[in-house]
Amino acid sequence: MNQRAPIEEQIDLPFVESLRISFQSLKIRFGRSIITTAGITLGIAFLVSVWTNNEINLALQESGRQSQINTFEETTQQGISTKDIWLIIMSLIVCVVGIANSMLMAVTERFREIGTMKCLGALDGFVVRLFLLESGFQGFSGALIGALLGTLGAIILGLKDYGLDLFFYFPLLPAQPEEGAMQLGVIVVILLGCVLGMILAVIGSSFPAWRAAKLPPAEAMRTEV
Amino acid sequence: MADIVVKTEDVVKEYRMGSNVLRALDGINIEINRGEYISLMGPSGSGKSTLFNMIGALDRPTEGRVYIDGQNMSQLSQRQIAAFRCHRVGYIFQSYNLLHVRSAHGNVTLPMIFAGIPEKERDEKAEKLLDMVGLGDRIYHLPDELSGGQRQRVAIARALANDPSIILADEPTANLDTITGREIIDLIKRLNKEQGVTVISATHDLKMLDVSDRIVDIRDGLVERIRNRDEIEIEVGEVGGE
Repeated sequence: MNQRAPIEEQIDLPFVESLRISFQSLKIRFGRSIITTAGITLGIAFLVSVWTNNEINLALQESGRQSQINTFEETTQQGISTKDIWLIIMSLIVCVVGIANSMLMAVTERFREIGTMKCLGALDGFVVRLFLLESGFQGFSGALIGALLGTLGAIILGLKDYGLDLFFYFPLLPAQPEEGAMQLGVIVVILLGCVLGMILAVIGSSFPAWRAAKLPPAEAMRTEV
Repeated sequence: MADIVVKTEDVVKEYRMGSNVLRALDGINIEINRGEYISLMGPSGSGKSTLFNMIGALDRPTEGRVYIDGQNMSQLSQRQIAAFRCHRVGYIFQSYNLLHVRSAHGNVTLPMIFAGIPEKERDEKAEKLLDMVGLGDRIYHLPDELSGGQRQRVAIARALANDPSIILADEPTANLDTITGREIIDLIKRLNKEQGVTVISATHDLKMLDVSDRIVDIRDGLVERIRNRDEIEIEVGEVGGE
């Protein structure tokens, strides 16, 4: 115990250990994790539903079907209306702000925990990696559920508009019509939604986590939320 | 010749609050010997917790130097500071600072995980330490399921996980009732005596005077005086007679 040797360098933890700690943390904080994940789910569900709905409209208009309800709208025969573009941009903004906010809150309320871990010998990089893993997992699962819910919502809307025709012309895969805009297809929209949700969650949490990890522990532990 | 474990030289710490600069430490010089039990005393706002943070490498001084085991702390790399916190110091806080998502066992094993100790070894050691602090039957309880005194015991077991040579205790009894506080003090004193751990404690708990080897009075960011235990015992008597 009488240590007078020069102070050695702290070791890096094996990846498996970080993975284990981050999953433990998600599991025990299940209720709170669900709320954070729900924030991501809602944002992505909104975005994907609007986007998928648009894809459906494009595909069915391409096939010559008109919405039974929206026939009088300004929708051009083939293409996206300005209203749709506006809706997609709005939903994207709601999604970005919503996810960034829920991740920011989730990390800020854990500043004290970050300070404590540093007292016990955690390296800054370890703290950031922990949050990266947690938020990446939350982001992906939240976004996947959100994307599926959003697609379901868009399908229900599509059924109301086009009836069963929807399934004959369902834009599952990307397509390039002879005229008009490129159609991404629902699968690509779902994938994009998942990737976007994950990236936003990771950025939203790793930035504040990185900031907290850089603080001296005394300051991190002083932070009141 | 005394074996000096902690030495501070003209340590100054300033906090910026908007346009105001608060000088929490105004040039602190102290030397602490190995195996000593030192209490940093002073009213709240005197700077004792700030000094505690400087000694424990939890914060950086604005000016001056802190030497631990002869090493200038400001010259250490990030990795060395992390290793220092992990291996050489055990921290005990007023508000316990346990990770509430980890059980007593999980809290005690965490510093050992950071130190790279194999799972089997750290499980055994955690059990041994929790048993030593009297929590052998509550190993897998979460902090929320424990009383204040029990939480502080977990914190003590955690502080001892990597056999530190220094225990830093920041008001360890402030949130506890008198009897529990006394038990915690006795436990810390026992570690100091039996294992030769240097104990540095920031406190204004008069019970802690009794067990200290020396008391450093801090006032307005300066060392007001340093007293030995024999001088203190008289004063405790006076306080008790009030």
